[in-house]
Amino acid sequence: MILKQRLNEIDLAGRFGDAFKIQQKPVVETLSTGVSEVDALTGGLPRGAISEIFGPASSGRTSMMFSMLAYATTHDEVCAVVDVNDTFAPTAAAAAGINFDRLLWIRCGGSLENAFKAADLLLHAGGFGLVILDMADVAGNEARRIISSWWYRFRRTVENKPTSILVMSEDACTRSCAALTLELNGTPEWSQASIEQSNVVPMCKPVKRAAVTQGNLLRFNSIKVSRQRPLSPWRNENEFRAYRAS
Amino acid sequence: MFACIHALDLAADLSLPEFAYGFSPVVEEAGGRTVVIDVEGCELLFGSAYQLVTDVSRRAREPRANGGLESPVNVAIAANPDVAIHAATRLKGITFVAAGEELTCLGEFPIDALEFSLVNIEKKLADELFETLRLWGIRTFHDFASLPVSGVSERLGQEGVRLQQLAAGKTERHLKVKQPDPVFAQAVELDHPLYELEPLSFIFARLLNQLCATLNAYALATNELTVHLQLEDKTSHDRTLSLPHPMRDHKVFLKLLLLEIEKQPPQAAVKAVAITCDPVKPRVIQNGLFVPLAPAPDKLELTLARLAKLVGDENLGSPVLLDTHRPDAFSVKRFVVDTGSAQRKRRRSTGRRQSAIANRKSLGFRMFRPPLRAVVQVERGLPARISAWDKQRSLYGKVVNVAGPWRTTGDWWRDDRWARDEWDVAVETGKPGSERQAIYRIYRELNNGAWFVEGNYD
Repeated sequence: MILKQRLNEIDLAGRFGDAFKIQQKPVVETLSTGVSEVDALTGGLPRGAISEIFGPASSGRTSMMFSMLAYATTHDEVCAVVDVNDTFAPTAAAAAGINFDRLLWIRCGGSLENAFKAADLLLHAGGFGLVILDMADVAGNEARRIISSWWYRFRRTVENKPTSILVMSEDACTRSCAALTLELNGTPEWSQASIEQSNVVPMCKPVKRAAVTQGNLLRFNSIKVSRQRPLSPWRNENEFRAYRAS
Repeated sequence: MFACIHALDLAADLSLPEFAYGFSPVVEEAGGRTVVIDVEGCELLFGSAYQLVTDVSRRAREPRANGGLESPVNVAIAANPDVAIHAATRLKGITFVAAGEELTCLGEFPIDALEFSLVNIEKKLADELFETLRLWGIRTFHDFASLPVSGVSERLGQEGVRLQQLAAGKTERHLKVKQPDPVFAQAVELDHPLYELEPLSFIFARLLNQLCATLNAYALATNELTVHLQLEDKTSHDRTLSLPHPMRDHKVFLKLLLLEIEKQPPQAAVKAVAITCDPVKPRVIQNGLFVPLAPAPDKLELTLARLAKLVGDENLGSPVLLDTHRPDAFSVKRFVVDTGSAQRKRRRSTGRRQSAIANRKSLGFRMFRPPLRAVVQVERGLPARISAWDKQRSLYGKVVNVAGPWRTTGDWWRDDRWARDEWDVAVETGKPGSERQAIYRIYRELNNGAWFVEGNYD
C-alpha cells in the first residue's frame, strides 16, 4: 500500500514536474536592529519583507528606530525615513549615533498619501537597505483605514530585494503583510532622582538630561513578537499530505 | 596622394587650415604656414589633381571676402606627405612629384633643408647628425639617400636611418588630422510655438539623444545641463540641472528635465530650444565586494527629483545639525551617496563609531513641529495638569512625575532669541488610576509665560 502510494507520488512528480515538489525556502537574510536582546528574540529585521513596530506613545518605538538606523548607517547601508508628521528629531538622532550621510529624510507634512507615494518611489528605486515609514503619530483609526492593497504592493515590490521596510505606528495596521510584528508595551520607568533635582535651576546653558528616564526606554518595556506564516491554502503540512493522499 | 599648401605671406587673422578644409576634410597642420591635405577621393569634386592644385592656387589669391588668402601659395602633390612638404616649402608655384621620382625632384636640396621634426628627431641631435654628414662630404638629399643603409645605421643609429628615409622620400605615415573642437550643444528653432509640455518633450528627447551621442563619442559625461527656452513673448526661460555625478544617459536626462520644467514651467509658448552641457570625465568606481549595494546614481537622481516634486525640495535630503544651542536647529542638505575616497575614509572610522554606538544609550525623542500650545496648571511651582491640542494630536492628563526646570537662553542680541524653562513630565494618558504614562518635554516661554509641548520621549 505504501509502495503504491510512493509510486503514485513519483508518477505525479514526473508528470507535473515542480508543481508537486515542496520548495525549499531560501534562508531569510536579516538586518540587525542594533539591540542585542531584540536580535536574540527576533533574529533581526527580515530583508525583502515588511516589519512593523507598534505601540503607544513612550513605549520605545523611536528609540528602537534610532537604534536600527544607527546600526544600519554605520554598516554602509543607505537608509530612508519617510516622516509622515515631521517628528524626526535630528539632535536626538545624532546623539544615537546615526550617520546622516547615509540617511535620506523625507518630510511629508502630515500627508499620508504623499508618504505612501514617497515610500513607493523609494522601494522602486532600489538599493536602500532600510526604508522606515514613520506613522507613529497617525491616529490608530486613520492608520487602520489604509487599504490593504498598499501593503500588498509594498510587499510585492521588495520581494527578492535586500531592502527591509519598517512601519512604525500606534496600532497594528499592516495586517497579514508584515513578516515580523513587534508590539511594544509597558510604562517607562521614572527616575526618582530626577524629581529631587527639580529645584535646581541651571542657568543660561542647556544641560544634559540623561537621568530623566534612565537611558533606553526599551529596557523597561515589554515586547511581543508575532510572525506571519507563508501564505498557503493548507494550514499545516499534515493537511497538505492528507490532500495529496486523497 | 597628398597635397601640401605653403603660404608665402599669410595675414595673422587668416587661417590656412580653414582654407584647406574647403578642399578636403583630412587636414594636417605642418607649421604656421603649411598644411597637408589628403586629396584621395576629391576627383569627383575638383576633377584631376592638376585641376585641384590649380584651383587651390587660384582661390588662394582671391580676397578674403571670397574665402581666399590674398596671397600666392606653393602647392605640391606627391604620394608621400613628407615629400609634398619638402617640395612645397622649397619650390615655388605648383609641383607634381610622381611616385618613385622623389629624388629626381628633391635630390638637389641641401641636407640642411631636411625637416627633421617630421621623423621625431630633436633639434640638438639633428644638428649633430647634419654636422657629421657635412664632415663626410654629404651635401644634398641625393648624396644622403645614396649611402648604404647598414653603414648609416652603424654610424648614426636609428635616427640616422629615419633621416635618410626622409631624404629619400620613403617614409610611411598617416596624417595627423586636426579634429575640429567638439560642440556639446544642441539647438532647434520651431516653426510654430509650443504651448504644452508633451510636444516639447519630443524636442528635448531628440536634442538630448544627439547630445549624449556626442558625449559618448568622446567618452565623456556631464554633470551640468543647461536648457535655454526662447519664449513667444520675447523673453527666455533658463533651467540648469546640476547632477552630483557625471552621467550620459539621455533617458534619465529627459525625465529629470521634464520634472524640472514641470516644477517651474515657462510663462509663454516656446519658440526655440537650446541645450548645452559641460563635458567632464565619466565617473569610474570600483565597489567593494562586501559593501552593501547603494542606489544606482541615475536612478537615485530620478527618484529624488520625483520626491522633490511630491514633497518639495525643502522637505527632502540629509539632516545637518547647526552649530548652535538653539533647540531643534537643523538644516537639510542634498542627499548624495558618497563613494570612493569618502567611503574609504568613512570605513576607517566605522569601527570606532560602531563600538561607540554599542555603548550608547539612545533615547528616542519625537519633535512636534510646530510645538503644541498647552494649558498647564501649576501647583507649588510644578506642572500638575496639562491639556494641549491641535488638528493632529491632543494631550490631556494629570502630571504624575516631573523633572526640571532647565533654563535655556541664547542669541539675546538677535530678534529671534530664545529663553525658556524646560520640564520633562510624565502624563497619565490612560484612564485615571491606570499605569499608562507617556513622557513629554514641555517648556514655558520666559518672555510671555506661554506653555508649549515640544515633543515626547519614545
